[in-house]
Amino acid sequence: MKSKVLSVLADRVLELGPNPPVMAGLNHWRYGKDEDGVGWLLLDRKGSSANTLNAEVIGELDTMLGKIENDRPTGLVIRSAKKSGFIAGADIAEFVGASDAAAVEANIGRAHAVMNRLEALSIPTLAVIHGFCLGGGLEVALACKRRIAISGASFGFPEVMLGLHPGLGGTVRTPRLINPITAMTMMLTEKSLDARKAKAAGLVDAVTEERHIKNAVKAVVSGELKVSPPGTLVTVLNSGFARPLLARYMRSQTRAKADPAQYPAPFALIDLWEKHGGDSKEAALKAELKSFANLMVTKTAQNLVRVFFLRDRLKKIAGEKQNIEHIHVIGAGAMGGDIAAWCARQRIAATVADMKPEPIGGAIKRAADLYRKILKKGTDQRDALDRLVPDLAGDGVKSADIVIEAVPEKLEIKHKVYASVEPQMKEGAILATNTSSIPLEQLRDGLKKPERLVGLHFFNPVSRMMTVEVVSHDKADQSVLATARSFVGMIDRLPVPVKSEPGFLVNRALTPYMIEAMVMVDEGIAKETIDKAAEKFGMPMGPIELADQVGLDICLDVADMLKKSLPREQPDAPQWLRDMVAKKDLGKKTGKGFYTWKDGKADKAHSAPEPTPEMTDRLILPLLDVCVGALREGIVEDSDVLDGAMIFGTGFAPFRGGPIHYAKDRGVDEIVSTLKTLESKYGKRFTPDPGWDKIKRA
Amino acid sequence: MRPVFIIDGSRTPFLKARTGPGPFTPVDLAVQCGRPLLLRQPFKPQDFDRVILGCVNVIADEMNPARVAALRLGMGEAMPAFTMQINCGSGMQSIDTAYRYIQNGTDNLVLAGGAEALSYAPLVYNKGAVNWFGRMFMAKSLWARIANFFTLRPSMFAPVIGLERGLTDPIVELNMGQTAEVVAKLFNITRRQADEYAAESQQRLAKAQKEGYLNDEIIPAFAKDGKVYTYDDGVRPDSTVETLAKLRPVFERPWGKVTAGNSSQITDGASWVILASEDAVKKHSLKPKAKIIDSEWSALDPSIMGLGPVLCSTALLKRQNMSMKDVDLWELNEAFAAQVLGCLAAFEDEKFGKEVLGLPGAAGKIDRARLNVDGGAISMGHPVGTSGNRIVLHLMNAMKRLGLKRGIATECIGGGQGGAMLIEMV
Repeated sequence: MKSKVLSVLADRVLELGPNPPVMAGLNHWRYGKDEDGVGWLLLDRKGSSANTLNAEVIGELDTMLGKIENDRPTGLVIRSAKKSGFIAGADIAEFVGASDAAAVEANIGRAHAVMNRLEALSIPTLAVIHGFCLGGGLEVALACKRRIAISGASFGFPEVMLGLHPGLGGTVRTPRLINPITAMTMMLTEKSLDARKAKAAGLVDAVTEERHIKNAVKAVVSGELKVSPPGTLVTVLNSGFARPLLARYMRSQTRAKADPAQYPAPFALIDLWEKHGGDSKEAALKAELKSFANLMVTKTAQNLVRVFFLRDRLKKIAGEKQNIEHIHVIGAGAMGGDIAAWCARQRIAATVADMKPEPIGGAIKRAADLYRKILKKGTDQRDALDRLVPDLAGDGVKSADIVIEAVPEKLEIKHKVYASVEPQMKEGAILATNTSSIPLEQLRDGLKKPERLVGLHFFNPVSRMMTVEVVSHDKADQSVLATARSFVGMIDRLPVPVKSEPGFLVNRALTPYMIEAMVMVDEGIAKETIDKAAEKFGMPMGPIELADQVGLDICLDVADMLKKSLPREQPDAPQWLRDMVAKKDLGKKTGKGFYTWKDGKADKAHSAPEPTPEMTDRLILPLLDVCVGALREGIVEDSDVLDGAMIFGTGFAPFRGGPIHYAKDRGVDEIVSTLKTLESKYGKRFTPDPGWDKIKRA
Repeated sequence: MRPVFIIDGSRTPFLKARTGPGPFTPVDLAVQCGRPLLLRQPFKPQDFDRVILGCVNVIADEMNPARVAALRLGMGEAMPAFTMQINCGSGMQSIDTAYRYIQNGTDNLVLAGGAEALSYAPLVYNKGAVNWFGRMFMAKSLWARIANFFTLRPSMFAPVIGLERGLTDPIVELNMGQTAEVVAKLFNITRRQADEYAAESQQRLAKAQKEGYLNDEIIPAFAKDGKVYTYDDGVRPDSTVETLAKLRPVFERPWGKVTAGNSSQITDGASWVILASEDAVKKHSLKPKAKIIDSEWSALDPSIMGLGPVLCSTALLKRQNMSMKDVDLWELNEAFAAQVLGCLAAFEDEKFGKEVLGLPGAAGKIDRARLNVDGGAISMGHPVGTSGNRIVLHLMNAMKRLGLKRGIATECIGGGQGGAMLIEMV
């Protein structure tokens, strides 16, 4: 709820002690003593709404610690002066392009020394934590003697997402403070703990509310807050006897999810703990430092850092937030209903209209199930459901800022919908279509204001697929496109501006990948083997499973449309696929497609033969080839946007850094010659795109 | 005095309580029919001045359901909201109170409703159990606690059915059904007459559903499990006098006349109407549907609470210098068939007219063709806090359909009261 009263009082919410001003010569830290002589060290990183750690911030911390050692406060509070949270982790910009492990080790080694200096202070030290406390932030907190969490705080180590493990002492301090199994799970899975769970795990000493921080600080400094040291369980599980056993188990668990060759970090982390869990802290910290530096220069880590910045790049495309309070979705089917549900979850009122109540009922059920999964609090689930408004009369059109059309892919139906909707829309409202196969130039025909039409192409499942293609057309208005991009950002998705060309980007790139899989099925290759060929490359799911997930009817629609409208050689969709669609064996949504689906999972045979490397190339190289063509045709702005779109829209192996990045890394000449070999063996569909030359030169 | 208009209104389908709590709490119901209603208005939800909601059985999670509903409907932090409780009159009292706020110039736009989920009526621990818990809580030592533990008796586990207690008058210790038996006796209503009335109520509602008369009034309710509720599901179109005759009396066996078939049903449902001043009508270019002319509340002995409508309706007509003939359409809440028929008989009773109502003779006659034309609480159920709101809403909608001008909605109220509201189509 928006509260005017609370917004007036907003600057009174955070307890910042004496709230000292910035000192001369410093940019990020503020320090002062309160009436009890307790020092408050506030991190307020300059020019940023969230705190992150970089060399300068840590350097200043070192300076501040020197001052504090002289100033002799009775205790020290470290907290963030930002509303957004404590510290969101390291400033990843510093990781970009690292190639010399020794240099990384030297740099991070200096930060280690600062953490050790903080840990060595002889006074009570206390981290007061609200909001995000991640990675390096949590490691700063761990170098304090006590930690107090404010309800709503969350604690985690997301380093594995970047192909790293914690590098500021986290791998050493965490398993020695709390149950090492919990500690390792946190670091291996990047799953965060909320304040309550962090307290239960012993990661923090107390959980309270912002309004009691002053008293909490007094209790810590006076010693009134009694905290028992880590128990015998921690000692036993860290013993030389337990570590190898537990490490073996962790390795097998991790291997089920990640290939050590592709993702070395979690395995390095397990090695560290197994080998150095019993060492002196000093030795263990050294080992961490070395391992961290080695990981930092791996291709995987550098590519994942690249992915982080690709996300940032797409986020920036969203631009400033605009005033979008209400969206109206027409069509409560799988896409429409889920788009509305996602918007409602992101605090935008969403009315959802359909001709009949039953599809809306289905949409409400899917939304309720989703909210139950992703929203912890019952009241949050209720509020999200309250914002998702069934609208059989279609009254929402009149007040909506954006009307999203998600009706069946038939031009006449869409035109009919537009004819009834457009006159009702309010001034300045945007009409968006979720079409995946109809050119916007055809859709805008007949609109009174064609400039208000834009494509917003979401992917299934909406709640997991980050990419949304923002499709322009010849009469599109720049400000409409900007608002559409902003809206995508506001609902925490990543906008990818694309030209209105057949299949846009993502579907155009995925179609040859899936069609090739069908051809391989025709050749008698087991579907599990085909899927494995793609998974081995690093795709989150193989093309056959993906087709089932997307829906075979939609795949067929898109494939037929692309075959008709693109000059590219494309095999006919097999007749048996058409038969399956006719029989309504559409994949996951009907419970049966290529696979039988149970509880949202494909039932796969375990004994399929191993795929050959050629199989992987047959699937992946055409995908790369189409991406090169899309770039040549200017469907997307540049190769970074393309790489980001494919990673966040299809799950394209993130550690490969994106299709174009991977192609360059593997070598354009090598790929072109492999394509030519495949061409001579399988036909023209493997003919390399003329755009490869340009990629090579770039 | 400023005129007060009814702009619009909507309700949920009325859902018969089956086993255990239904899919919606009272506020869930109010939100279900409130969201689309607010959505179709040309003004914003924040433009209201006040929200008033009738609700009798407030559940523990939703204290002051009016405010909870206002916030869940996105009406903003600054929306004053309160809940009304006058038993079966609550949903009409909310309209009446809103009417007064607008009439005297305090407010311009008020959302007035009723919400009730009788399926949520609690099972309550009996007194013995509550005392036992209390002693357990107070026991200072372990021994005292153990000693108390052994005072536990099986009888303490006999729950008190909250709804049953709620439907029993605390002054005269009569269940509402029993008060209908009393009225039936005083006005000679037979079992067959009551069953005939009940069967007709069912058929009228069935017809209204079939003809789509309620389509503009009901907003489908969507449950979290994907189920969609689109109609009043207590309806029994196959009910006949013969099938109803087979039912045994429920309140006074074996010779009573009031059965489950000729009583209103235990039901969940919510209803809202939007009231506006002339200023609000102009400001937002609204199209008023009806105007509230007057309202009246009367009271009498709780054991004959069913006659309440006769007192308040005639008092209201007297003040307006009108007679019963001037009223085109009636909604008289069907708590019990015998009670409705008792009211009709009382209107026609010379002695009652002279000595109770202070009229020169009998008050008059209500033609069945002008009364509860689309069924009532016997066929669709009686969510107590909601019914008073629904009958005003439906009276307006029915008059619109039938091209009539003036109507009265009235109900009997447990505890010995009656409420009536006179509206005129604009």
